[in-house]
Amino acid sequence: MTRALGIVAGAAMILLFAALMIVVMPAIQLQGTTRAPQGLEPYSEQAARGREVYVSLGCVYCHSQQPRDPSVAPDGERGWGRAAVPADFVYDSPHLLGSMRTGPDLLNIGARQPSSDWHLAHLYNPRSVSPGSTMPSYPFLFQVVDEPAADDVTVPLPPDYAPQSGVVIARRDALALVQYLKELDRTYPVDVLPVSEESDE
Amino acid sequence: MTTAIAFLLAATFLISVGGLALLIWALANDQFTMGPRAARTIFGPGEVGRVEDPATPQAARREMQRERGAVEEPGSEDQREELEARAEADRSSRVPVVWWLSSSLIWLLVGSALGMIASLKLHMPEWLVDDAALTFGRVRPAHLNVVAYGWASMAGVGVGIWLIPRLFKVRLQGAVYATRGAIIWNAGVLAGTAALLAGYTDGMEWLEFPWPIDIALVIGGALAAVPLILSLLERRVQHLYVSSWYLLAALIWFPMLFVTANIPDLFSGVEQSMLNWWYAHNVLGLWMTPLGLAAAYYFIPKIVGAPIYSYSLSLIGFWALALFYSQVGLHHLIGGPVPTWAVTISIVHSVMMVIPVLAVAINHHMTVARHWRLLLYSPTLRFVTLGAVAYTLSSVQGSLQSLREVNTITHFTHYTVAHAHLGVYGFFSLIMFGSIYFILPRLTGREWPYPRAIAAHFWLVFFGFAVYFIPLSIGGWLQGVAMLDATKPFMESVNLTKPYLFWRSIGGGMMTLGHVVFVVHAALALLRGRPVRDEATLFRPLPADSAERTPS
Repeated sequence: MTRALGIVAGAAMILLFAALMIVVMPAIQLQGTTRAPQGLEPYSEQAARGREVYVSLGCVYCHSQQPRDPSVAPDGERGWGRAAVPADFVYDSPHLLGSMRTGPDLLNIGARQPSSDWHLAHLYNPRSVSPGSTMPSYPFLFQVVDEPAADDVTVPLPPDYAPQSGVVIARRDALALVQYLKELDRTYPVDVLPVSEESDE
Repeated sequence: MTTAIAFLLAATFLISVGGLALLIWALANDQFTMGPRAARTIFGPGEVGRVEDPATPQAARREMQRERGAVEEPGSEDQREELEARAEADRSSRVPVVWWLSSSLIWLLVGSALGMIASLKLHMPEWLVDDAALTFGRVRPAHLNVVAYGWASMAGVGVGIWLIPRLFKVRLQGAVYATRGAIIWNAGVLAGTAALLAGYTDGMEWLEFPWPIDIALVIGGALAAVPLILSLLERRVQHLYVSSWYLLAALIWFPMLFVTANIPDLFSGVEQSMLNWWYAHNVLGLWMTPLGLAAAYYFIPKIVGAPIYSYSLSLIGFWALALFYSQVGLHHLIGGPVPTWAVTISIVHSVMMVIPVLAVAINHHMTVARHWRLLLYSPTLRFVTLGAVAYTLSSVQGSLQSLREVNTITHFTHYTVAHAHLGVYGFFSLIMFGSIYFILPRLTGREWPYPRAIAAHFWLVFFGFAVYFIPLSIGGWLQGVAMLDATKPFMESVNLTKPYLFWRSIGGGMMTLGHVVFVVHAALALLRGRPVRDEATLFRPLPADSAERTPS
């Protein structure tokens, strides 16, 4: 080939076309059909802050938020919830669909684990409530004090994991993160479930 | 759905008609005549048949030439002129190339260290937990971004800038812009990495750098592109060699991808996820891959002293890569809450990738296979060839992995991580190692000070990568199988990966050690290498001296 302009223009056209096919077209289709389902509320202010903590600490690198259809994987049987639909994510930016399951899917963690105490202990040291877990501890989200103030949220811990002296109290970020996790609940019914993967092939 | 089908039908029709028209035009205008002569563009008169590897000590190089056999073409006085022009071309790109390449080497070390920390943390969850900056969820994206934008992009651009004057047979025009670009790009990667560790992130994989920092990369990248365009306009070659196509395409693809995907708040929810993976796979396929292939297409024939096997095949390889690679991104969302038809398009294109991959594989492997014994002599050729083999393997693996049956198992597991490393490390990084071994002596005019360090680097990363890749793939696969078995608790899929993750850290440690050897060696070569003057490109022996060299 001798024409540099032809190469550059051709290459650019092909990429534009690809973007049209796999980004723009699906987006047009989705934006025409996706409404917030009844039962999905915008995140509360504290949960929205917690979501920022979730993003900042990179939880997405080990946890997906997209249960798959039963025909694809037994995500539902694991208690992770029904298959996710586009409407479940209308309030999500940045999206946190994730690409790894070093830990379990979290789209419905609020429904399957509604206890704040459990979440706080789990964040302080995951092994305190989930033996064998490889999730890191997040001690910097907590504080050890001798005597908690009246409005402090204390973290109940098994004796093996509690500090030698004093009590563990949750910092603001930990409380916000737990609020977000508790609001992760997409168990409401939706009209259209995704068509099973198999039948489309 | 109806809109989508109607659109697809209309698009298919228009593309077919457009493609046909383009083909007719190209045939009528003689765009496809490029026989063996075009493939020889990169050789000077009398150079075909002559091995070239500046990283091999001279004695070994003579052996290597003996192995290669007789020179096919007689040399002449033209050769001297041509070689002088080439030495002049090399001098013109020296400063920006040193900037881009030496920066990339520092990022390689930083990226390796971050990767090691992340890897160890996966099986030592209580290690380094007191500081938020060192939590796994921050170190891992820091590793990815440092390696992608610090090491890989800077090495690729550095090699590209070095190739430009040689491909266009002209002095590098506007070299100073590329040097400034390197400084701004470095500032961007540094600021971005610091931001990630401090917890500021855009939150999407491959796009984590906060968007204001991305502006630095856009400016730095644009400045690096200036010499490519200026030199292109001044070029003294009629035919553009295959490496130039890849460089030109990468030049237009990366800014399109990077700018579009980093525009804040363009999309949200699942639409954003599609934009995310359109970008993330294209940054591999349309940025790193063309840069790596451009280098391989230049260095393989150059080292073995033979034009590539089939030049016409390289044309198919190039356009098929553009067509198919650009649409594979959504295979990262198989089974996810996105339109199935769009995911299917990506799967189909992932499988179609077999075509460009085979075209490139035949070209690279057949060129080497005819002279495979040269691998025994040349570490540069070993690196580049192994990289080309890894390209074939990772691409075929990628095509298989995009099939729904396979993807159901491998999705969300460490198997995907192993695959990503086969591509970015096995393919791209090894080719960059080889390229740097070739380029550096041409920049400094000195040989590599310690040939044994090159061998140590090679074997450390070779075995290190094997220890990294094989256990991680097996562990990832078993993890996926366990996750699909609802009778097993999820924790079983966590527990069974632990020994494999341990071995991954061992392999990663060996690779990191190899990088330390490499970077220290390169620093010595750049700063105060043994003052042995290499023959550089200049005044290479005319055939009368056979393969003996004359001192310059």
